[in-house]
Amino acid sequence: MSIRRRLALVLGGFAIFTAAILTWAPTVGSTAISLARAFDRSIPWESNVDAQIFFVARLPRVLAGALVGAALAAAGVVLQALLRNPLATPFTLGVSAGASLGAMLAVTMQLEFGLLGITSIPLASFAGSLLATGIVYALAASQRRGLSTNVLLLAGVTLNAFFSALILFVQYIADFAEALRAIRWMMGGLDVASYTPIVAALPFVLLAFGAFAVMPRTLNLLSIGAEAASARGVEVKTAQRVAFLSASLATGAAVSLGGPIGFIGIVVPHLVRLLVGADHRIVLPASALFGASFLVVCDLAARTVMSPLEIPVGVVTALIGGPFFLWLLVKRS
Amino acid sequence: MWVRELLWADNVSFRYAPGAPLVVDGVTVRLSDGALAGILGPNGSGKTTLLRLLSGTRRPSSGRVLLGAQPLDRLSRRDAARQIAVVPQETELAFEYRAIEIVLMGRHPHLGVFTVEGPDDVRIATEAMAATGTGHLAERPFHELSGGEKQRVVIAAALAQSAALLLLDEPTASLDLGYQLEISSLLQHLNQQRGVTMAISTHDLNLAASICRELILMRNGRVLASGPTTDVLTPDNIRRLYDVEADVQVNSETGHTTVVPVRKVVRPSSARASEGQ
Repeated sequence: MSIRRRLALVLGGFAIFTAAILTWAPTVGSTAISLARAFDRSIPWESNVDAQIFFVARLPRVLAGALVGAALAAAGVVLQALLRNPLATPFTLGVSAGASLGAMLAVTMQLEFGLLGITSIPLASFAGSLLATGIVYALAASQRRGLSTNVLLLAGVTLNAFFSALILFVQYIADFAEALRAIRWMMGGLDVASYTPIVAALPFVLLAFGAFAVMPRTLNLLSIGAEAASARGVEVKTAQRVAFLSASLATGAAVSLGGPIGFIGIVVPHLVRLLVGADHRIVLPASALFGASFLVVCDLAARTVMSPLEIPVGVVTALIGGPFFLWLLVKRS
Repeated sequence: MWVRELLWADNVSFRYAPGAPLVVDGVTVRLSDGALAGILGPNGSGKTTLLRLLSGTRRPSSGRVLLGAQPLDRLSRRDAARQIAVVPQETELAFEYRAIEIVLMGRHPHLGVFTVEGPDDVRIATEAMAATGTGHLAERPFHELSGGEKQRVVIAAALAQSAALLLLDEPTASLDLGYQLEISSLLQHLNQQRGVTMAISTHDLNLAASICRELILMRNGRVLASGPTTDVLTPDNIRRLYDVEADVQVNSETGHTTVVPVRKVVRPSSARASEGQ
């Protein structure tokens, strides 16, 4: 079987699976609806309750989950290849801590501003993620030759700790209700009220995915080492910058939409590698697709398992992801 | 006979950071088409760095490297990689690739951004694996292979790059005697049958003596001596290179040169202390 054919078959399989999950997920919930009825154009919109529940109440949330899941999983793949470390996550380099600090400040300082229908919390968290990305990038790029992946890692981890301390400090001086609201945000949630936040995050995620699209073979080579990649014809400096900035952008957009939902960025890439091998031309798009369905299913569990009580989706992914991650860790050593 | 110069490092120097000592210090190296050159020198003498300058993965701090008539740093990495392939000392993977995937990565400089390897690329990779005797390992995970198998797969990847020049950094270090022999005869074969021009850095004087037609001796980032192997590989040069007394014997029947180290020469401590790296 030619390589082209294998790529097409595997990715086609993942795409069909994801499409099926995304179509099925909105039909599940406290009120059962019929997919056939929801898509029946002969019934007028006003009287088609199934369509209203499908398109207005549930689909935005499913799409938000898909977008966030795809962005975090793909960003995880890119950062793992960039850092040559399978244990890296989209949050390793401080992006999510920056976003959380932004959200925290927006909540506690009661910033009430908006832009094109987007409220202050996602705007502030996106700004925070850009700030964190900028700091880490400036530190790592100050090295003369390319990005130092060691500096990236150390700067990212340190910035994470620093921002976390700031978050705790702001939380400590904030009033109880505000602190609780911010903590709730940090648990992650996909309960978007409309399509607006999705549409707002979409361009950034698409921009990042555009960069991801040209990267897979380069990521293969980066993962065998910068020197070897350069000898095989990779412009290492450029590739590293594009990889870091696009992965950070995808992460920042995802976190401002759904909060810092953990474990997607590491569990999904590992699962996909177990299934299809290490070639990034498959791993990257397949992880994006599988990340979308994985988060949508986790969110489905979050809103149905203890219904009418909702579990924060970040708790669900961590409950599934944590033990899985530990299992991987033990298996690796 | 007039031979074309394929790769020419002209008085190159290199330091890894501003203010750091020169690792390569005013080195001139000419590799003619079809050459098989060995680079010898003690640890830290600048061999690996010189290979990096020759392959263009690092730019010299001063001096220049010419590939044919062109300055190497004017070429994109992609164009350079189509003409120069490198076998690094060690290959450590972050993920679990199969051997054939590693070899196919050698096709990278020949493929467009969205191009997937076609039948021709697969054929070239398969041939490269056959040439290095690794065809049967194609589907095996790279990290499960033995040291010698890994090294031969990495050489196959470099061959799949279809480059006229091959730079090898200690290709037989960490290999046992059998693999050392296997690799050296493979390299000799590639040079003679396929006309691949090669520069090999090595600590193995006997390997250098048996396959390299010319040698470059490096110490402290400088070239101590260079020229045809039989002229350069003398007891005197070996003492200057490694501080080791050695017997150099030429077998009159086979024509092989054998180097037998005899003893370490103790040099005045002040001389050693004054040498950087």
